[in-house]
Amino acid sequence: MSSRSVVVTGLGATTPLGGDVATTWEAILAGTPGARPLTEDWVGEHELPVTFAATLHTPAAEVLARVETKRLDPFAQYALVASREAWTHAGRPEVDPERLGVAIGSGIGGITTIITAWDTLREKGARRVYPLSIPMLMPNSAAGTISLELGARAGAHALVSACSSGAESIGYGAGMIRSGKADVVVAGGAEAAVHPLPIAGFAAMQALSTRNDDPAGASRPYDASRDGFVLGEGAAVMVLEDEEHARARGASIICRLSGVGTSADAHHIAAPEPEGAGAARAMTEAVQDAGAAASDLSHINAHATSTPVGDVAEVAAIRRAFGSDADHMAVSGTKSMTGHLLGAAGSLEAVLTVLAVQHRVAPPTINITELDPEVDLDVVRDEPRPLGDGPLLALNNSFGFGGHDVALAFGSL
Amino acid sequence: MAHTEQEILDGLAEIVAEETGVDTAEVTADKSFTDDLDVDSLSMMTIAVSAEEKFGAKIPDEEVKNLKTVGDAVTYIKNNQA
Repeated sequence: MSSRSVVVTGLGATTPLGGDVATTWEAILAGTPGARPLTEDWVGEHELPVTFAATLHTPAAEVLARVETKRLDPFAQYALVASREAWTHAGRPEVDPERLGVAIGSGIGGITTIITAWDTLREKGARRVYPLSIPMLMPNSAAGTISLELGARAGAHALVSACSSGAESIGYGAGMIRSGKADVVVAGGAEAAVHPLPIAGFAAMQALSTRNDDPAGASRPYDASRDGFVLGEGAAVMVLEDEEHARARGASIICRLSGVGTSADAHHIAAPEPEGAGAARAMTEAVQDAGAAASDLSHINAHATSTPVGDVAEVAAIRRAFGSDADHMAVSGTKSMTGHLLGAAGSLEAVLTVLAVQHRVAPPTINITELDPEVDLDVVRDEPRPLGDGPLLALNNSFGFGGHDVALAFGSL
Repeated sequence: MAHTEQEILDGLAEIVAEETGVDTAEVTADKSFTDDLDVDSLSMMTIAVSAEEKFGAKIPDEEVKNLKTVGDAVTYIKNNQA
């Protein structure tokens, strides 16, 4: 562990379960499913094989100014909503702008803007293409927007690693603090891909659940009859801070970001490596980085997307990383409620892991009617479970197409 | 049908308000787009294209930079309506 300790001092989120962290967490503890039927005309127009998604609970237009929704792609709008909440939660820290960083990733970026601009070009010609199209569609537009919003000048980074982008961004943000580059970093991920094209694309990969008659029961990680993930959208962001900096300003410290682990599978562009070697390395690295042992770990917020192959590959990876110590870890699959927020998933689950450490409770996994016999872990089903007294260490796993593996370890103070 | 100066000013105010978030009442003939209304060059292009659409007046790209004030734009549009 490096000499500079990284702590979490603020959280922000806009998710399918709530327009802020508190509403989302309350819905998580109550085991609320976030998926709902899509009512847009394009569902029928394009004969989409999947007719539901975990759409945002509170539309960004309800909380942002008209000019902000006009000039930002939805994914950057969501990032702005989450960042403002996190920044306020952190007490709007006074920090030298050159010591304030941003790391906000996305899996896909401004896909709505890309397609809208293309439609305009074809229908009305080049001159009518909105001049802000390029700055809106670029996947670093959320990072740039938040940097502008806060006047953050230590660096603004957009980590892009598909469904691990949000977690990787938080890991990168921690690195900025540990290296001495920044004292405070606003880090997370955002995604707004509930659009017919990504739905058609993911459906073509057979990655999505097609349980159209039961959206609420469609995301069922570890259940024997799971058939794919449920597409979600939103953003989640946290304020990371050098512990000394946070203490000096009297900040309320939520927990420690104790360790970061990253690896790459180099196995297949989309399929997980079935033995889980890469994922296991990320997990053990995060625990080692935290200066801890597997036996210190009491909770895992798993990647658990509800795909037939992915869920069991992660189970294998957890066993590979932690052996029999894994028997004592409460494993939660919160995508059963939130759906899969792609590039925001890792940061949302990191926020939920922080809350699990803060409130000493592991969130439930809903929709398991019959546990897959290959899942030989202690899965927290249906109801939240108290995590007991004493020092707590919890892990958040995130994996992305491209073979990216990220694990973040959060510890109590 | 030709638009009056007042119609053009009102229409332009709506376009500027939509693009920048300023109140329509702020958009008066004497205001400078860049100094008073926070309009950058990208926003100015959007405003010009929207105005073309609204008033049927062609505003060539090279002409846009000469439109310093709201009054300049109103006059140009009035004199170049289709």
